[in-house]
Amino acid sequence: MRTFLTGLLRLRRGPWEMLASILIALGVVMLMQPWLLIAYSYSFIVTLTGTVMFIIVSHFPE
Amino acid sequence: MPDSPSDRLATATPSGVARTIRGLSDRTIAWIFVAPTIFLLLAINIFPLIWTIRLSFTNYRVNRPNADVEWVGLQNYQRILNDPDVWATMQATAHFLIWTIVLQVLIGFALAWLINRKFKGNDLWTTIIVLPMMLSPAVVGNFWTFLYQPQIGLFNTVVGYLTGAAPDSFSMIGDVALAPWSIVIVDTWMWTPFVMLICLAGLRSIPDSIYEAAECDRASAWRQFWTITVPMVLPFLMLAVLFRGIENFKMFDLVVQLTGGGPGNTTTLTAIDLKREAFERWRTGYASAYAVILFVTVFGLASIYVKALNKVKER
Repeated sequence: MRTFLTGLLRLRRGPWEMLASILIALGVVMLMQPWLLIAYSYSFIVTLTGTVMFIIVSHFPE
Repeated sequence: MPDSPSDRLATATPSGVARTIRGLSDRTIAWIFVAPTIFLLLAINIFPLIWTIRLSFTNYRVNRPNADVEWVGLQNYQRILNDPDVWATMQATAHFLIWTIVLQVLIGFALAWLINRKFKGNDLWTTIIVLPMMLSPAVVGNFWTFLYQPQIGLFNTVVGYLTGAAPDSFSMIGDVALAPWSIVIVDTWMWTPFVMLICLAGLRSIPDSIYEAAECDRASAWRQFWTITVPMVLPFLMLAVLFRGIENFKMFDLVVQLTGGGPGNTTTLTAIDLKREAFERWRTGYASAYAVILFVTVFGLASIYVKALNKVKER
C-alpha cells in the first residue's frame, strides 16, 4: 500500500494506471448494475474520468 | 535489354517524374506511401467520431435537415443517464455479455483441449465444430427461430425429451424469462468455435518438452494443467475474451433477426436501442450522446484489457 501511495506521489505510471483501471471498471459496473439508478447516472462520468486518466498516465515514466 | 519488372518500370517512368522522385528524401517517400491510409483513417474513423461528439451536444434530427439546430449542452447525456429504459437496456446487455463470455470461454477451452488430443477424425471434427462461425448472423438468427418454434422446433423437442416437459409448454423467444437466454444460447453456439480456435493455437504453442520435464518431476495431470496449460494459454484466452467482449457489446444483427429486441424490451441490447433512437425516432443528437457513452465504455475496457494482456505476456 505504501509503495502504491509513494508511486502516486512520484507520478509513476504503474500506480496511476492501476487507479485509472479501477475507475474504469467501477464505471462499467455502475453502468450495468441493476440496483441503484443514482450509480447508473454517475457511471459515465466515472468511466470518462478513468479513461482520460488512463490515456494521460500511460505517458508517465515507469 | 531490361528484363525484370523493376527494370521495365524504371524504363517506363518518364524522365521528368524519375528526376523528381530521385530528389525526394526517404522520409518524404514514406509519407507519400502512408498518406492515403492516414487520409482514409481520418475520413472514415476520426472525422465521424468528432462529428458525433459535436452532434451529441445538439438537438439535431437528421430527418429535419432544415430545422434550426440548438446547442443543448449536456442535456442529451443527462436524459440518457436518468432514463430507466436505457438502464434496463444496459442490464440486458450486461446479462448477454457476461453469460456469452463465460460459456464461450468454458466450452471453447474444453473443446480446444479435446481437439488438441490426437485422435482419429480430429480434422473432420474441427471442421464440423467451426462451421457455425462461418454462417451469416442473419441466416443463424433465421433458422434458430425455427429451432425455437414451440410446436415443431427441434430445440423444444430435445428439451422436452430430456426434461419430460411438453415441447409446446414453453417458448424460448416469446417468454420474458427465457428470451434473454435464447440469444445467449445462439451466440454461444455460433461463436464458441472462435474461442476454441484461439485456445487451440495457444495449446499448440506449448512445447512438449515442458510437459516432459513435468513428467520427470512426477507432476500429476491436474498439476500440469493448472501450472503449465492454463498460464500458457491465458494470453490467448484473454485475447479471445477481448474480441468477444467488444463484439458482443455492439451485438445487433443476430438478436434483431432472432427476437427483434422482444418480448417487450427484454432482449433490446444497447446497439438495437441506439439504432432505434437514431433511425426510427430520428433523435440524432440524443443517439450521438448514446453512442459516445458506449464508445467511452468500450474504449476504457479495451485499455484495461490491453494493459492486462501485456502484463500476462511479460510473465
